[in-house]
Amino acid sequence: MALFDYAPAPESRAAAGDIASTYGHFIDGEFVESTGSEALKTVDPSTEEVLAEFAQGTEADVDRAVAAARKAFTSWSALPGAERGKYLFRIARIIQERSRELAVLESIDNGKPIKETRDVDLPLVAAHFFYYAGWADKLEFAGYGSNPRPVGVAAQVIPWNFPLLMLAWKIAPALATGNTVVLKPAETTPLTALRFAEICRQAGLPKGVVNIITGDGRTGAALTAHPDVDKVAFTGSTEVGRAIARTLAGTRTKLSLELGGKAANIVFDDAPIDQAVEGIVDGIFFNQGHVCCAGSRLLVQESVHDDVMDALKRRMSTLRVGDPLDKNTDIGAINSAAQLARIQELTAAGEAEGAERWSPACELPSTGYWFAPTVFSNVSATHRIAREEIFGPVLSVLTFRTPEEAVAKANNTPYGLSAGIWTEKGSRILWMASKLRAGVVWSNTFNKFDPTSPFGGYKESGYGREGGRHGLEAYLDV
Amino acid sequence: MTERYACRYAALVSMSSSLATSGLADVASSEASLRRFLHGLPGIDAVGLQARAAGLGTRSIKTTAKAYAIDLAISMIDLTTLEGADTPGKVRSLCQKARNPDPGNPDVPHTAAVCVYPDMVPIAKEALGGAPINVAAVATAFPSGRAGLPVKLADTAEAVAAGADEVDMVIDRGAFLSGRYLEIYELIAEIKKACERPDGTAAHLKVIFETGELVTYDNIRRASWLAMLAGADFIKTSTGKVAVNATPANTLVLMEAVRDFRNATGVQVGVKPAGGIRTTKDAMKYLVMVNEILGDDWLSPDWFRFGASSLLNDLLMQRQKLASGRYSGPDYVTVD
Repeated sequence: MALFDYAPAPESRAAAGDIASTYGHFIDGEFVESTGSEALKTVDPSTEEVLAEFAQGTEADVDRAVAAARKAFTSWSALPGAERGKYLFRIARIIQERSRELAVLESIDNGKPIKETRDVDLPLVAAHFFYYAGWADKLEFAGYGSNPRPVGVAAQVIPWNFPLLMLAWKIAPALATGNTVVLKPAETTPLTALRFAEICRQAGLPKGVVNIITGDGRTGAALTAHPDVDKVAFTGSTEVGRAIARTLAGTRTKLSLELGGKAANIVFDDAPIDQAVEGIVDGIFFNQGHVCCAGSRLLVQESVHDDVMDALKRRMSTLRVGDPLDKNTDIGAINSAAQLARIQELTAAGEAEGAERWSPACELPSTGYWFAPTVFSNVSATHRIAREEIFGPVLSVLTFRTPEEAVAKANNTPYGLSAGIWTEKGSRILWMASKLRAGVVWSNTFNKFDPTSPFGGYKESGYGREGGRHGLEAYLDV
Repeated sequence: MTERYACRYAALVSMSSSLATSGLADVASSEASLRRFLHGLPGIDAVGLQARAAGLGTRSIKTTAKAYAIDLAISMIDLTTLEGADTPGKVRSLCQKARNPDPGNPDVPHTAAVCVYPDMVPIAKEALGGAPINVAAVATAFPSGRAGLPVKLADTAEAVAAGADEVDMVIDRGAFLSGRYLEIYELIAEIKKACERPDGTAAHLKVIFETGELVTYDNIRRASWLAMLAGADFIKTSTGKVAVNATPANTLVLMEAVRDFRNATGVQVGVKPAGGIRTTKDAMKYLVMVNEILGDDWLSPDWFRFGASSLLNDLLMQRQKLASGRYSGPDYVTVD
């Protein structure tokens, strides 16, 4: 046993507030039961304990929600921007006041460590609402004409990796620009979206401006295909994104997609090595690697490959995997059994294809969905683990010799969401950034988010931008 | 900086498992080669370094872990008084506090050392009697280091002759900032010699960088390697006499340096942050860094020290709180 063994430091589960045994939808300002009888369960992925049942939204539920949003659109879009801004500022403040509750609830439902929900998710959620609240009365200065109009009713489908943050990315700009929304959270993480519905009521948001409808992919398909929806915003897998794009092809509905990624994190021989190692760890082990812009392909210059690998393994040995509510946990639970199976399948393929697998010695809890932080070396570009998005705490390491080769390898993917560059040479950063086909390029850092900065992909990582001034465009009729 | 990277440099320096080998002369054989070596160390990204230090600062240390850390921190303190107004009475009082920090509570560990000016060494030695507490003396024209080599050597010799167990020297920051690395290397090596006693033993040498005056993290990394190459037993952030003293980030640079140096040479060097560490919460953050950057090998007073004065009382109050469940207040610890 180590000399300095951290005692358990658990955040209180009770801080999550009351979790109801069953949930319906939030439509037209009220919590209502589904028209159907099918219910789904959401579990705590760290224990497999059922947290609550919630409704599987039917087509009739979707109709009701879209109709409520349509009805609310007339008066909401007619409000002066400053008035809409007031509601958003109020929501932002309530989120800050209730941030501990929301952070604990998010950790329980998603499996991610409380350290991250507390220090990353919740501050960013509030920041997004504050940021877009500020735009609400300044849209004429956004560069989209003197009086840019909202699109109408927005259907928004979000993933399970950052449930509340993705909700904020979707709802804040939509409301600021005068749209009304129907949002469907992921079927493994509906609880914080339903809690957000309470916050909408607490903020006195007019009825029907925000509607939350729960369910799995069937509900999502019904919502995104609904004929009275003017705009669809989807974040999730490329496969589902393609299906939505096919459905909407030839219709008047606007679409923005934020899909998968297989980002290259590129380390040059003149990088600040200690900080690069932190960036590699943050890039792939943050949020259990359930990050679309995760730095899942490490491209390291061959001359420092061994140095970087030694330092990386040493650093990985200090990662603390376990109870998401323990304040000292670095890596929590995998969100679902299905995702765990996907990670296991791809890592098995990595081994079968000849890559060298390594994980630090770490004891995983006996119940729940867990996966040890893993790094594959001797990966070649033809391996599945170098090409497919794993969406888990699994890093594939490849090498390069020259900057040109680094660019060629980094761009050699159907995706293009993000990339990272580690070098002390400023001119190389600028040269690389102009060559990389990725929506976000981080230099000497990774996984940094800010509401003022647009985010989105190239190629099969999607289209449209969220965040910043650019994020307004998706919700304006321009 | 990584193990292999350091090893590669070690080969360049042709340093074997001991610092005493002649191979050291290679890297310090000329100003040019020493500069090439120090400037060849990997750079430090300031934002990333500070983020790492801040991240480790969020560790939550509770119950048994806190009790362990409080006692460990007490045992790592170099209880310090470095004032113009220091008197024999003040130093004696400090020594009593070092021996028995919490009267009526004999299970509280004693501190690692007391740290005083050289002229106070005999008084401290006498006051400590046979207690296993070292006397550390600041020397070499502390705190500015602005004196000629003979003065610095005499200052050190006086302290060692008076019985100092440890010598805390300052480097010449002016020489460092103007790039005269070899001059500092030679200064440290000379002081190291002056630490030797007639019986063949030697006082432990701590080298103070005054990181607040070196300013950049790259400079602090270079100073760390420079001091270790020249034979430092400990490397220390600050004198406590300037605006910016020990911070988690600059201490993290020292920790990375001793980690890499041991990987490269097999020689283990200690770390001492000094100045500005006043609360138990602060001390915990440093111990978490020792734990996660350096590990068990450095978790002892032999390899990690706090240069502090007011920290001890806060640790004692937190210790009492942990034992009794309530806060006692500053009247229940002694003012020395």
